[in-house]
Amino acid sequence: MVNWPLEIVKAGLLAVVIFTFMAIVGAMFGVLLERKVGGWIQARLGPKHVGPQGLLQTVADTVKLLQKEHITPRAADVAIFNTAPLIVAVAGLMSWIVIPFGTLGDRVLIVRDLNIGIVFFAAMGSVTVIGILAGGWASNNKYSLLGGLRSASQMISYELPLAMALIAVAMEAGTLSTVGIVNAQEGWLGSFAFRQFPAFVIFLISATAEVNRVPFDLPEAESELVAGYFSEYTGMRFALFQLGEYGEMFAMAAMTTTLFLGGWRGPLLPPLVWFLLKMYAVVFFLMWVRWTYPRFRLDQLLNLSWKVLLPAGLVWILITGYRITF
Amino acid sequence: MLVDWLYVGVFAIVGMILAALPLAAVWALAPRVPYPQKETTYESGVVPFGQAWAQFNVRYYLFSLVFVIFAVEVIYLYPWAIVFRQYGRYAFFVMLIFVGILILGLVHAWRKGALEWT
Amino acid sequence: MGQLAAFIILSIVTLASAVVVVGSKNIVRSALSLIPTLLGIAGLYILLHAEYVAGIQVLIYIGAITVLILFVIMLTEQGTGARFRQVNEQVLAGVLAAAVLAVLLMAVFFGTTWAPGPGALPQYTAPAIGSTFLSSAILIFIVTSFVLLVALMGAIVIARRER
Repeated sequence: MVNWPLEIVKAGLLAVVIFTFMAIVGAMFGVLLERKVGGWIQARLGPKHVGPQGLLQTVADTVKLLQKEHITPRAADVAIFNTAPLIVAVAGLMSWIVIPFGTLGDRVLIVRDLNIGIVFFAAMGSVTVIGILAGGWASNNKYSLLGGLRSASQMISYELPLAMALIAVAMEAGTLSTVGIVNAQEGWLGSFAFRQFPAFVIFLISATAEVNRVPFDLPEAESELVAGYFSEYTGMRFALFQLGEYGEMFAMAAMTTTLFLGGWRGPLLPPLVWFLLKMYAVVFFLMWVRWTYPRFRLDQLLNLSWKVLLPAGLVWILITGYRITF
Repeated sequence: MLVDWLYVGVFAIVGMILAALPLAAVWALAPRVPYPQKETTYESGVVPFGQAWAQFNVRYYLFSLVFVIFAVEVIYLYPWAIVFRQYGRYAFFVMLIFVGILILGLVHAWRKGALEWT
Repeated sequence: MGQLAAFIILSIVTLASAVVVVGSKNIVRSALSLIPTLLGIAGLYILLHAEYVAGIQVLIYIGAITVLILFVIMLTEQGTGARFRQVNEQVLAGVLAAAVLAVLLMAVFFGTTWAPGPGALPQYTAPAIGSTFLSSAILIFIVTSFVLLVALMGAIVIARRER
């Protein structure tokens, strides 16, 4: 029989480990990476002052943010104002439950290999939208509300092409479980990036839009809506939103490697190393795109999703179905 | 199987606690000096006016509506996707009809201007 | 034993948030309380070993329908957090009606002999659902696509009458 208290303790410890991973390797290191990569692409140096080569920059930033005053706008709905960043951060954390980090012997390093793996991942992405809507509304600020509504519209519009890509991969692999999908990719050429190239492209574009990154970051564009739905959030509350966003971005990158790049598979090096290498390669690619392309206008962005990616996704599903059964 | 979901539940709860910790740290460490000017909402430096509501624009509603319809379609596609191999061509034709009807819906929405953001 | 505890906790969460949904004076808070309610129901689905149904409960009910509700609320004047009374003049009649319904339901529940099925729970896993769609429930599957199409067309007609 299952030993419930032991499982609860194990789950709690794993939650702390994954949260720390997400916060440090994901958000903190990710922000630093963003600034360094951005500097490199723009022919300038990123942060160099704090710590060796600027590595402690985000640590310093975090310490600074911890001392910033929490300002709550007048007439804001305090309860919702405070819970919105928590929703975004927790949804970001939960996405990591289904991501396989590699193998150790014959045990897969994954929190839990849920039978509905990719559906769960998509569901956590959906929950983030609610956090953003709530945050935008609770600030009692026109710009935050508009930013929240626009961001939510963008995110839901891109959830559909994302789901199309996920379905195509599920068709190829015959399972919704992430571990099953990695196992279905044999060798280099078996990676779904080749057999499911259109799904790969659709997934990457939709993932970028889901985490509100340039070229799809209009809802948080400084020149448009101040900071969009988190204009009124100061200090650590703001940091929590950022943690949720960067955590989600890394989760999307991790999911890309799981679904399309063969997850932890690779010769010679330990699986965990391969996984991290591939994940950071995708992250680097996302950052590269960010610092290269200008921003899409909101209507261009929505047109891309509904009129290009969604029909393309549906057609690709039919093509894949045809290819597999005929 | 249920143990999997126990983990999910614990993750949610522990996640909330961990995310709330920095907020508690701020409550302990940061100054709290509320005064009216600081608490007014940000409106590019101008004194805010009017209630904080956006003009009702039906496009937000239409987008979320079309999204709901297609999301329901997606939840039918997932189970089909993982078993259709065993059913062969027959399953493909079933899905062709299903997706075809929904593509019709998408085209209809497109032509009626439900997907325009203006 | 653990399942009973989980059931009790989930039920309390679901019912308490449902009370907030119905009774709160602040409409946005009311809508946001739908989330714990729906999450509680998703948890109950999991206790019934229906993982996929729980997943789509979160994906659709929370991710799509609650978002739809919030969009509509936030775009109307009510979204400014206007308070409105949740009590009307027919409280007594309402309580009476609810009590009668409760008694009826309980009579039905306790009066029926629920067949204590030996053997396994019916399977609600995703592959099982898919197989059912493609074998015995195929007509429902196709008709559903028509229903969705009609719903889409109807909603567009209603929404665009504004123009």
